[in-house]
Amino acid sequence: MAAVTPEVLTSTHVEKMKKKKLPKRYWEETEKTDQSQRRPEEEQGKAGQNQNKSTVKEKSLKRKNGESLEKKDPFPGEAPIPQKQLQKFQRGKKCKVPAGARERLKEAIAISEAMSEHAQKQAARYDLLLPEDAGFLEGDEDEDTNTISQADIADAVDITSGSKYFNLHLSQFGPYRLDYSRTGRNLLVGGKKGHVACIDWQTKDLKCEMNVMETVNDVNSLCTLRSASRWLHTEAMFAVAQKRWLYIYDSKGVELHCVKKFNDVLRMQFLPYHFLLATASATGFLQYLDVSIGKEVAAICTKMGRLDVMAQNPHNAVIHLGHPNGTVSLWSPNQKESLVKMLCHRGAVRSLAVDKTGTYMVTSGLDRKLKVYDIRAFKPLHSCFLPAGASCLSLSQRGLLSAATGEIVQVYQNVLGSNPVSKPYMAHRLRGQIWGLAYCPFEDVLGIGHGEGFTSMIVPGAGEPNFDALDTNPYRSHKQRQEWEVKALLEKVQPELIGLDPGQLSKVDQASFEQRHKEQIEALGFDPLAKDKFKPRTKKKGRSSAGAIEKRKRKVAHEDQRDEIRQSVQERTEREKELKEKSNEKKLGNKSTLDRFRK
Amino acid sequence: QRRAIPFTLGVPRNYDPTLHPFEVPREYTRALNATKLERVFAKPFVASLDGHRDGISCITKHAKSLSTIISGACDGEVKVWNLPRQECLRTVQAHEGFVRGICSRFCGTSFFTVGDDKTIKQWNWEAPGYGVREEPINTILGKAVFTGIDHHQREGTFVTCGQTVDIWDEQRSSPIRSFSWGVDSFSCVRYNPVETELLASCASDRSVVLYDTRESAPLRKVIMQLRSNTLCWNPMEAYYFTCANEDYNLYTYDIRHLDVPVTVHMDHVSAVLDVDYSPTGREFVSASFDKTIRIFPKDKGHSREVYHTKRMQHVICVRWSADNKYVLSGSDEMNIRLWKANASEKLGLLSAREKAATHYNKKLIEKFQHHPQVRRIARHRHLPGDILKQKRELREMREAQRRKEQNVRKHSKPGSVPLLTEKEKHVVAVVE
Repeated sequence: MAAVTPEVLTSTHVEKMKKKKLPKRYWEETEKTDQSQRRPEEEQGKAGQNQNKSTVKEKSLKRKNGESLEKKDPFPGEAPIPQKQLQKFQRGKKCKVPAGARERLKEAIAISEAMSEHAQKQAARYDLLLPEDAGFLEGDEDEDTNTISQADIADAVDITSGSKYFNLHLSQFGPYRLDYSRTGRNLLVGGKKGHVACIDWQTKDLKCEMNVMETVNDVNSLCTLRSASRWLHTEAMFAVAQKRWLYIYDSKGVELHCVKKFNDVLRMQFLPYHFLLATASATGFLQYLDVSIGKEVAAICTKMGRLDVMAQNPHNAVIHLGHPNGTVSLWSPNQKESLVKMLCHRGAVRSLAVDKTGTYMVTSGLDRKLKVYDIRAFKPLHSCFLPAGASCLSLSQRGLLSAATGEIVQVYQNVLGSNPVSKPYMAHRLRGQIWGLAYCPFEDVLGIGHGEGFTSMIVPGAGEPNFDALDTNPYRSHKQRQEWEVKALLEKVQPELIGLDPGQLSKVDQASFEQRHKEQIEALGFDPLAKDKFKPRTKKKGRSSAGAIEKRKRKVAHEDQRDEIRQSVQERTEREKELKEKSNEKKLGNKSTLDRFRK
Repeated sequence: QRRAIPFTLGVPRNYDPTLHPFEVPREYTRALNATKLERVFAKPFVASLDGHRDGISCITKHAKSLSTIISGACDGEVKVWNLPRQECLRTVQAHEGFVRGICSRFCGTSFFTVGDDKTIKQWNWEAPGYGVREEPINTILGKAVFTGIDHHQREGTFVTCGQTVDIWDEQRSSPIRSFSWGVDSFSCVRYNPVETELLASCASDRSVVLYDTRESAPLRKVIMQLRSNTLCWNPMEAYYFTCANEDYNLYTYDIRHLDVPVTVHMDHVSAVLDVDYSPTGREFVSASFDKTIRIFPKDKGHSREVYHTKRMQHVICVRWSADNKYVLSGSDEMNIRLWKANASEKLGLLSAREKAATHYNKKLIEKFQHHPQVRRIARHRHLPGDILKQKRELREMREAQRRKEQNVRKHSKPGSVPLLTEKEKHVVAVVE
């Protein structure tokens, strides 16, 4: 896994820094009981005020009695949880009890608040049980980590981790694009000149290999769907964007579909929770394919020319497209126009990456700048100038940014956030132009596709060390995969729910009645609440003559208007009355001596 | 049986929210699925007990045993049923004419029946031995027809109603006390389950009368626009009772404020004939002449559930079982039907995982209950065509009435036609 054992590392200049301190043990500290008691109090903050009171009481009891013979718990109350950890599991703001709320509402709010707080605490507590820890590369004094070569790292770490640095020399079929499967087990590489291969990259087991005898623009490993054969460990379906059409193959390389509705596709993104494959084509079309039912969900003509820069926001499933005029546009399948268009670069946008929390977007352009945006506020945070410019960008699960500048891959640390980009954390030189960059999920590995083949590079601290087995489990069994598939398909999020804020659904729709009514009229084309016209009933014995009907109509017509007019007239008379009184007062007050000559 | 996952393939969790995107949409999808599944699994009908040779007129639960019920039919026959085996244990020809009321003694050793033949009979719960004739323990001959009976919670007294409300001692053959308030006949009388000396009865002069057995005169009565057929006390909050009215509605009253009902429960499209509370006091079930039974939450104006079958005719009596899981209904076409109180509930033992899943689904539905899609699916109930038609008709009539009243108000002196709420409309007077 991602962890690199520190014992092996101490012999070389490569060292791994431990971030987490060891948890406190009660037997370690016997003298400093006071300190240990004080610390939890600080950390507990607001949540543990009641417990603090109880500890104070106990202390005072002790003082009164002088000596207490009973054994005391050195850590009374619940174990403290650091505020930072609690913050991580905070969902939304706390609900305020509105003024003048009824007793029942108050109670309901209090109960739900207490429940959510409890859930938050339990989740934060669980962090302690996580088995793995993330590490980082740390150089000796006055040594840059970016000078450490991959070979050195591979030598220093254990054999399993060392084997994660390897090269595939495939110079024949041109520059390669690549994609890792969601669990990080399988690797898909596609050469420009038609070579497509699917590899279990950890065991170096070749799943399938073929030449499609056509240009390959992009490859995408779809979710694992429908087992084609039983004995395979993981069954994958993958999509290949070829010269004209989009093809879908199964893990053995059998062509399953040729989707002729999707032509000239240049880039693809798979939205795993929606089972949507989003494709961007050379003709300027952004299309969505539902891979679970094989239906085209939406086809949007972007009118922005050739689309060859694409990224997805994993937080809200919005597609980001970069354009030759320097703008980045955001798209959802529910809208024919872009959600947002932002001007990011002076030249064309070359590459895009969005981080997994959906907070930051990193872009690079032909103006050789690298920019970081906050896409919640659509504001630039900082930018830096790269002499060669970055042709490919990729963000890891833990926020490492890798940029392909010419033939060199540079990895930056702490890019996301307010502090500006400093020197690279790691660097690696390759032969040939770089075409694809992708981090392997849950591994400290960066895959690089270039003109001479494929390189897997070790980047310590890149991957999330602890996976959630119910979501994505790299080690899942056949049965577990099957069960996951059923659950995932049942939970497929409908494409209508894609929007900028994925939490919108849980919020109260506070649109006023008038506003909703207006929208309804717009949508329907007529007013559903409008009163229908008065139709006089036909009466017998000659009373239904045209004149009589007209008369009756006139009686009823403008009834409401009459009420309004009556009201307004009343208001007007009152106002006039007031004005009159005021003017009278004024007259009396401003009487001058010359007023008697006035008529 | 599922195989457990081997230890080596454990399921490590990481609850980090960033690893679980689309929390709300996924949860919403789950809630939607749960709502749909709830409707898919809603199969409330459990069994039909047939054997009576005339319409069922009354049903009573055994005071001690969950599995036993007694039913009385319009031909004077009384049957004792075993519910889990769905079979008749015993048949007694108790009366000539209708069996009007049955009640079980609190100790569960005997039960009383009243009928159109002006008699009160006490029967032993134990069936007589083979070859022995069915004989009542005790028979009392009354002066007039009895229409209802109820037994005291703890003592050996019971109450009957007919032309008067009579309180009887089990040992004596004449009533200890008789109440009457004006000349009328009564259709139903019930002891309060908590304040055991308190009685309520429905009279044919459109009133509901309250009595205290320790006093010589009735306490008070509330007169409504139409007659109430039966009433039932809330077993947990015994200051509330609900009466089933001829005007298609049910009214829940607080005995401390009889002038306005606490809630008006509207949904039936014909006269409501019987009502019974669940033992938790949260819900009650009502039987109607419109061939349906409905389940109402005690504080909601509309029903949460409606049960009907093609073959069920006018439902005359209904009871909620003491374990809060089943509803029994007796109808005109000689069948007693057993329904689940919660239509989509799975019967039988649940595994721990099943239990957790049902709880989770329930919570999800509750959380997203106000979303239009979820609400639409959760609310939808199939209704027979004629009931649907009557419902629409009724709505139109109400709308017309409202419009008429509005017009009258518009063209009369301001204040002379006051605005009345739905609750205030139906009470005519309260008499002390």
